[in-house]
Amino acid sequence: MEIVMSVAIGLLFMAAVYLMLSKSLIRIIIGTGLLSHGAHLLLLTMGGLGGTAPPVVADGVSVSDYADPLPQALILTAIVISFAVTSFFLVLAYRAYQELGTDNMELLRGTEDYE
Amino acid sequence: MRTNDVMLQTATKVVTFIILMFAVHIFFAGHYTPGGGFVGGLLTASAIVLLMLAFDLPTVKKIVPINYVVLTAVGLLIAIATASASIVFDVPFFTHAYDYFDLPLFGKTSLHSAMLFDLGVYLVVVGVTMTIIQTIGEDE
Amino acid sequence: MSNLALFPIVIPLIFAAVLMLFPKNVSMQRIVAIAGVSATLVSALFLFSKVSTDGIQAVTLGSWPAPFGISMVSDMLSVLLVLSSTLVTLFVLFYSIPTIGVKREQSYYYPAVLFLMTGVNGAFTTGDIFNLFVFIEVLLMASYALIVHGGEKPQLRESIKYLLVNIISSALFVSAVAYLYSVTGTLNMADLAVKIPEIEAVGILTVIAVLFLVVFGFKAAIFPLYFWLPGSYFAPPMAILALFGALLTKVGVYAIMRTYTLFFTMNIGFTHELLAIIAILTILAGCIGALAYFDVKKIIIYNIIIAVGVILFGISQMNAAGVEGSIFYLVHDMLIKAALFLLVGILTVIFGTSDLRKMGGLIKSYPLFGWTFLIAAFGLAGIPPLSGFPGKLLIVQGGFEGTHFWGSLVILATSLLVLLSVVRIFIYAFWGEPAKIVTIDRKHYLSIFVPTAILVALTVVLGAGAELFMPFVSDAGEVLLNPSLYIDAVLKE
Repeated sequence: MEIVMSVAIGLLFMAAVYLMLSKSLIRIIIGTGLLSHGAHLLLLTMGGLGGTAPPVVADGVSVSDYADPLPQALILTAIVISFAVTSFFLVLAYRAYQELGTDNMELLRGTEDYE
Repeated sequence: MRTNDVMLQTATKVVTFIILMFAVHIFFAGHYTPGGGFVGGLLTASAIVLLMLAFDLPTVKKIVPINYVVLTAVGLLIAIATASASIVFDVPFFTHAYDYFDLPLFGKTSLHSAMLFDLGVYLVVVGVTMTIIQTIGEDE
Repeated sequence: MSNLALFPIVIPLIFAAVLMLFPKNVSMQRIVAIAGVSATLVSALFLFSKVSTDGIQAVTLGSWPAPFGISMVSDMLSVLLVLSSTLVTLFVLFYSIPTIGVKREQSYYYPAVLFLMTGVNGAFTTGDIFNLFVFIEVLLMASYALIVHGGEKPQLRESIKYLLVNIISSALFVSAVAYLYSVTGTLNMADLAVKIPEIEAVGILTVIAVLFLVVFGFKAAIFPLYFWLPGSYFAPPMAILALFGALLTKVGVYAIMRTYTLFFTMNIGFTHELLAIIAILTILAGCIGALAYFDVKKIIIYNIIIAVGVILFGISQMNAAGVEGSIFYLVHDMLIKAALFLLVGILTVIFGTSDLRKMGGLIKSYPLFGWTFLIAAFGLAGIPPLSGFPGKLLIVQGGFEGTHFWGSLVILATSLLVLLSVVRIFIYAFWGEPAKIVTIDRKHYLSIFVPTAILVALTVVLGAGAELFMPFVSDAGEVLLNPSLYIDAVLKE
């Protein structure tokens, strides 16, 4: 299972890098979304995939059956953060598109103000 | 072009309330089973977004006259206040308290101070999500 | 157990939430914001006195036993940084009231500053590596809001890049945490310091250490990851820039400092050697930038990068002189960078431009301002008895005592370049033929000059009173060099 997950993580990172290297802003945002998904999946896999019961104390479940709760808690936090950042990025991209009239990163180089 | 959205509007009138009820359920279920303030908040926000899709922004503003930034601030204050209460009792920050009560109708119920914190989270999530969506939506 | 360590984090958070309730009432916003930062400063002072008398203050949130809950640890280093960052924020706040503009003040400028403070103070205090990530994200969210605040075209353009760089580094941070957790099974820094020496697979830990160096290097702007900094920091208004320049990169530097002394010490021969080389390259790259531009903002921005290199070089030596020097220099740099940005901000207000070639002859009309600037410039370059000197001296000494005498030589040589880069501003702006200046009324000028001058005076006090300040610094250095002190305080509270 870990192997499959690793391949999936690799694919996610690969797609993310490909998208982030493109010029369109919206593709870049989708790329960052995939990147953080990859990172979250990595966190889940690295925490170990064992455990069949949810990490809440219940009758008839021994300690060895519980899933490790820490990666789950970490992922939840990371997801919330990436949710906030992605939505901020979307708002920013929208505003930038309105103000600057383009979503092409080539045209957003902007070295003219540096003089 | 104005599309015919009678179907959407009629369905929304029913579905919104189902989603809201489910949000409340998820919120209270959160202590021992999957759920909680974050998911509940997102569900509530999705119900409001559905209203916005079916009707338009000014109408929804009239139905739900809430300043979402203030809602976020209030949620944040509730959450911090709950966490900070532990300072008064001189136990480490975020320490939660719970006890069992016999309530009419519910019977034996466990009440947690963590629930108040979750209420804060719920309000923050609704507030932030709706602020973002309104920011994008209002420009059109 | 002491909740006092949390006060500098919680107080700004509460005030930020309160400030969000009435965004349009500008005068109330100002009063409450200043009250909030002052209250934080008072709590930080209390914490400082507590730490200096009773030693490290540790509290594990939610009454969990230590390695399982999130630990917050205030040792001397973190409390010094909390204190100086709060101080800097207070002065920047005073400076921003007359300069930032009512439109910005009404759209959540002060809450964003206080959220930034929450994040910065939290990152300095936390004793858990994932919690560090959370606090860094808090301060980043606030910094995103601040960098785009006002929504001018260059700001929008630069904040896209800033955001993208930080999202990528955050994803790498999560990945690095994942690897660390899978190898060690813990994320509590004190527990990591116990577990890592027991692990035999040094190779994988070295990889993780370098990955963390990359992650924190993005934030700290080390070579070659500093590419985003000059552009992004150029866009926002001066008060925000001062806040960023003084605080944000320092969080990255602190994180490297903490992790590379507390637990990533299994392969010093490789990781710290790498850190030393990168630090020197960072200094050189910063010097090239600082000398290349004729824009006052740019010159000071590149000086941030130089300082990051100097501090990290001290850390990489892992001896008492180097580490103490780094701590002293870190505190000094927070104050002096904020002061310099504010001074340069006054320059741009007076001339209406940030281009050096369009400035000149200001010493006749603003003599006091001119000499204040010169003192700050000398302080930055480390001329004794100003505050840059003791830190740099110790770092150089650390290099000679360690194996990197060539690094110390580079630092000494580049000090002259740093001096040149800032004195160039002085020569161009204050000497020569008087250039066209914008007339600003006396009251406005004083309202921005006074907080700046006080900040410069503070750095002079820090330099001249280094003897009094040194015991605290060596206290902080002792904890860094003896991780057992830190471990005992957290795990056996």
